[in-house]
This record gives sequence, C-alpha cells and structure tokens, in this order.
Amino acid sequence: MNQEPLVQIRDLSFSYDNRKILSGVNLTIPRGKVVAIMGSSGCGKTTTLRLIGGQLKPTSGEVRVNGQVVHELDSEGLYAMRRRTGMLFQFGALFTDMSVYDNVAFQMREHTDLPEALIHDLVLMKLHAVGLRGAHKLMPSELSGGMARRVALARSIALDPMLMMYDEPFAGLDPISLSIVGVLIRKLNDALGASSIIVTHDVQESLKIVDYIYFVSEGRIVAEGTAEEIRNSKTPYVHQFVWGEADGPVPFQYPTHNAYGDELLQKAA
Amino acid sequence: MRMATNCCRRRLEVSDNRAVQLLIKLGHQVTSRLWRLGFASRFFLAIFLHSGTSFRRMHLTFREIYFTGVMSLIIILVSGLFVGMVLGLQGYDTLQRYGSAEALGILVALSLVRELGPVVAALLFASRAGSAITAEIGLMKATEQLSAMEMMAVNPIARVVAPRFWGGVISMPLLAALFSAMGVFGGYLVGVVLIGVDSGSFWSQMQATVDFREDVVNGIIKSFVFGVIVSWVAVFEGYDCEPTAEGVSGATTRTVVTSSLAILAADFVLTALMFRGV
Amino acid sequence: MSRSALDLWVGFFVALGLAAILFLALKVGNLSSANAGETYALQAKFDNIGGLKVRSAVKSAGVVVGRVTKIDFDSSAYVAVVSMQMDARYKFPRDTFATINTSGLLGDQFIGFDVGGDTEMLSPGDVIKKTQSAVVLEKLISQFMFNQASDTKDKDKK
Repeated sequence: MNQEPLVQIRDLSFSYDNRKILSGVNLTIPRGKVVAIMGSSGCGKTTTLRLIGGQLKPTSGEVRVNGQVVHELDSEGLYAMRRRTGMLFQFGALFTDMSVYDNVAFQMREHTDLPEALIHDLVLMKLHAVGLRGAHKLMPSELSGGMARRVALARSIALDPMLMMYDEPFAGLDPISLSIVGVLIRKLNDALGASSIIVTHDVQESLKIVDYIYFVSEGRIVAEGTAEEIRNSKTPYVHQFVWGEADGPVPFQYPTHNAYGDELLQKAA
Repeated sequence: MRMATNCCRRRLEVSDNRAVQLLIKLGHQVTSRLWRLGFASRFFLAIFLHSGTSFRRMHLTFREIYFTGVMSLIIILVSGLFVGMVLGLQGYDTLQRYGSAEALGILVALSLVRELGPVVAALLFASRAGSAITAEIGLMKATEQLSAMEMMAVNPIARVVAPRFWGGVISMPLLAALFSAMGVFGGYLVGVVLIGVDSGSFWSQMQATVDFREDVVNGIIKSFVFGVIVSWVAVFEGYDCEPTAEGVSGATTRTVVTSSLAILAADFVLTALMFRGV
Repeated sequence: MSRSALDLWVGFFVALGLAAILFLALKVGNLSSANAGETYALQAKFDNIGGLKVRSAVKSAGVVVGRVTKIDFDSSAYVAVVSMQMDARYKFPRDTFATINTSGLLGDQFIGFDVGGDTEMLSPGDVIKKTQSAVVLEKLISQFMFNQASDTKDKDKK
C-alpha cells in the first residue's frame, strides 16, 4: 500500500472577499484513518471540506488528494476525483424527489453502465450495511432524521470511495441515532479501506471513534493529537471545548470597541 | 454580489452627505442589476452547453414535461374556455351594433391566436409552473442537494436545471395552443350555441381571415419565446436564490413578477415585428 | 408515480397539444384552403387601391378565387400594381373587369372580378386591363359637400 498520506494540506489559506476564513492550515489524513476536525461554529471547518472537495479554490496554499493538487485539476479531473470520494452533508441532502432506493442508486446510474439487476443487488447491499434494507421503498420525507442520515451514508459509499468526508454527521440526532452513526462511520471506514474526515463539534461522540484530531479556531490549527492526548490536553482552548465550559479563551461576550460601562457613562453624559 | 454589497456598505458609512449616499445607493443598485443580468446570461449559455443529458436521457425531460405541462392542463383549459366565452359575449355586444355579428368568429379567433392565447397562457404558466420550478430548485439548493450532486461528480445544471428548462420550453407552445383552441370553442359556445350567430358564417369568416402562417404560426412562435423566457427566469431564480426559507420564497415571487413583465415586454416587441406590415 | 404512467400522461398531453395546433391550423386558420391547389399569377393596375392589403381576397360572384400577394407602386405611370395568386381551377376571360370593393360599409376591401364575354382566357402572368379604383369615402363626402355649397351659391345669385 502507498504510504503517502491520502490528503495533505499545506499552508492553506482562504478568504471570502476580505474576510479571512482559514490562514495557514497544515494537516494530514493518513490512509485508513479516521481524522476529526473540530472547532466551534463558523471557524472554517466546513470550508476546509469544500476546499478538499474542490468546490472552493484556496487563496493560497494547496490541498493534495491522492497526490493530485485539487485546485489545479481541470473539471474532468475534478469529477474523476469526486467519483472516488463520498461526502455526507449536514442534514443528509437526500434528493427529495426520489425514493431511498433511487437515492442510493443515483451515482451508480449516473456513472456506470451496470445492468439494473446488479444495481438492485448493490443498492440493497449498501442499505443493508446501514441497517435500512427494509426501508428502500420509502421517500425521504417519510424518514426520521437519523434514518435520513444513514441513507445518505449508504448513498455516499455507493461507489466504494477512497475518501469519506462527513460534515457535522452528529448534528441534531438523538443519542441512539448518534451512536449508530458513529459506529457506522468507523465500521464503514475499516470495511472499505477508506480514509475519513469528520468535521464536527460533537467532542464526546467523535473521541470514541477517531484516530486523530485537529482543533481549529479562527482559521488556524490550535491543537492536534490522538483522542487520549486531546482528552488530557492542558491547552486552555481545547480544555474549554472538550469539557464544554461557557467562558474561557473563547469569550462569552462578542467583542465590542469599548466596555459596556463606558458606553453607559457616555449616554449619561 | 455579496462582495458588492459589503464594499458598498463600507463606503456608505464613510460619506455623510445624503445626496452622495443616494447616488452611491443608486449606482450600487444599477451595478448589482447588471451583475445579475450578466450572470443570468452566462447561466443561459451554460444550460445550452449542458443540454446533452436532457435529450440523451429523455425520461428526465419527460418528467419535467409532466410536472410543468400536464399539471398545468386543467388551469389552462378552464381559463381558456372562460376567456373565449367572455370574448364571445363582449364581442357580440360590440359587433351587433354595427350589424356584423357574423364577424364574431374572426374577433374571437384572431384575439386568441395572436395575443391572448400566448400571453395569458404564458402568464398562467409563469405563476403555476414557473414558481414551482423556482421553489423546487431553490429548496434543492437550500437543503444542499445541488452541492451533494456536485460532490457526486454530477453537474446539477445538466441533471437538474436543463431538463426543467427544456420541459418548460416544450410545454409552453402546446399549452398556448390548447388555450387558444379551448377559447375558440368557448366563443363558439356563447356565440353560436347560446346567442345564435349563424354557425356557418362563424366558421367560414374565421377561416377566411385567420391566416395559418401570419397568425397561427406567429402565435406559436410567440408562445415558444415566452416558454424560453419563463423557464429561463424560473430556473435562474431558483439556482441563484439565497439558500434559506426567505430566500426561496422571495425567489418564487421574483420569478412570477419578472417573467410576467418580461412576457408583456417581449409580446410588445414581437407584435411590433410580426404584425406591423399587415 | 411510476415511469410508464408518467410517460402515458406526457404522451397524452403532447398529443392533445398537437391536436390543438392542428385544430388552429385547419379549423380556425386557412391552411386547409391556402395550399390546397395549384395557383397562377395575375396582375392588375389601379389608380387607387384604398385600403387593400396583402392577403386580401379576390372574389368573383362572392366566391373567393384568389388572394393578393404583392402590392407595388409603378413610379413611371403612378399607379398601384397588385399581384394576385389565383386558384388554378378558375379561368377568367381576357376582358374581366377588376374592381376594388368593400364588404359592408366599413369592412375589409377585396378585389371583385366582373366577368366579361371574351372567348380567350387570361393566361398566367397577364395584366388585367380594365380596372376600377377603390371608392374613397372621404372623396365622396367632400364632393357631396362641394356640390351642396355651389348649389346654394347658385341659388343666391338667382
């Protein structure tokens, strides 16, 4: 097996207009591992996923997937790469006008010339892997949030990807669905021999399943380490995050120009 | 667009003069409109470039013809019938004063085939099917379905936008023709069956005056152009909307308003081009 | 909805739409009569064509026998040259008299053929010699007024 890491990010910066989202991010996703990118909302985690998927172009730096620089690929190369990656969107993003079965079969029908009988077997196999073989006739509107997430998971592994990306896979799930999805992510990663990136702010669940964790804050990597290292980290930010404290390095107050007391005094005067 | 808004806001804060502020606001409005128009034109081109899928896999387009065309059938047929009946009543009332009630067929047929058929059918189509297309694409964008498709290496313009566009373009002339035919039938019902205008002269005067190439074909060309306009506006507004609930509802309203105005403006231009010399 | 039912509906819709176009073409429009038979060309010169238009009817004894295809102005003789396409089934004598008539008081204008007694028929491309111009309502009225005015003047003199 190729020992070069599957995804390598070097000095990656990105800004919308003049607003900096990421500045100088370095991270590596080794083959066969599950890596989490954590941080509070709006810190640039999802942007990182979109940069890896080639939906955004970096302002500077580069993303290498399987040795190829993503933003230098032409649209054909980009599409070829995307065929080998799977992405699970925050709320599943199932196609609402298709049944569960058609959703999972979507990529097979678009990208392969497989006979319908074979597609049928493959789809049921994928659905079986997420425990929803019995639900293949339902429409997405008839699914609960957790089931929708699992169907989306089955859909994203339809073409046996080498890289899986998860955007907030745990958001808005009840504890049971949450641990089901968590276990599935780990199991599927190992079964497919893929590598996975999880973008999340759910610390406790992801600490159970991931191999390595990067902490992002204000567009920079502030800490990294294995699950154990993170749990015992003394870095104030990580500590605040892991243990969910209301105040700390991430301030409770949104920054203002002047102190509240000054403002009141000014008004009085 | 977002960039333009941001830098403009910054400049607005700098200037205190109200007149200058107004001018800046106006300039910003104009540039943002132009920006959108440019993007819409580029989008139009992209639809054509990615139309292969819509015709190679006809069932994708068939599905959209079903949702735009077949679902609009009832409203088109019923309104066509009523418009024709009203034309019959009003037309008879006016014509019989000049003793030419037999010309009722001409009046009903010409006004329907040349103007009312294409225009009213297109307006109904914009509010029935156009808004539905916008809402559907807008929702797909808001729920990241378009993004997901892109990440599955499937071009959403080819897979989602183009079939809807072509479905609308194909449905529109058929609907307009149905509207006109239904209207003529309505006019016949009121004029001949109800009021008692002579059936023979109703049809023969109509046939003698309504010309296939000048009137019927021009009417079909009109409705085809309107179909392109409505479908283009609808898919563009859906694709370009803010991916939120307000964004989608706003885009739906804009589709109806923009395409209705565009239909009427285009109708004026087309009428001037087609019927000027006749 | 299953694929086949959907296709059925779409097929139904398209067939209905095409039927409507056919109805407009044949029953409402004149496609059935316009290109039905062969035609031949005739020309006629008028001093004044009034409101005659391209596609106006050419009638003989009230039956539509042809249509106006072109209207030109002859700048040497200062007359209007009207080209017509005639139904090939109908032939007319060489001394046919072409007049411009109005259907009703305010209706469309058309060319009327009053047939003469010549034994030779008009052949394609011929020019009709005998024509009568349109009756222009304004001229009639002004003539009438003028006559009235001169009448009263005459009375005054007496």
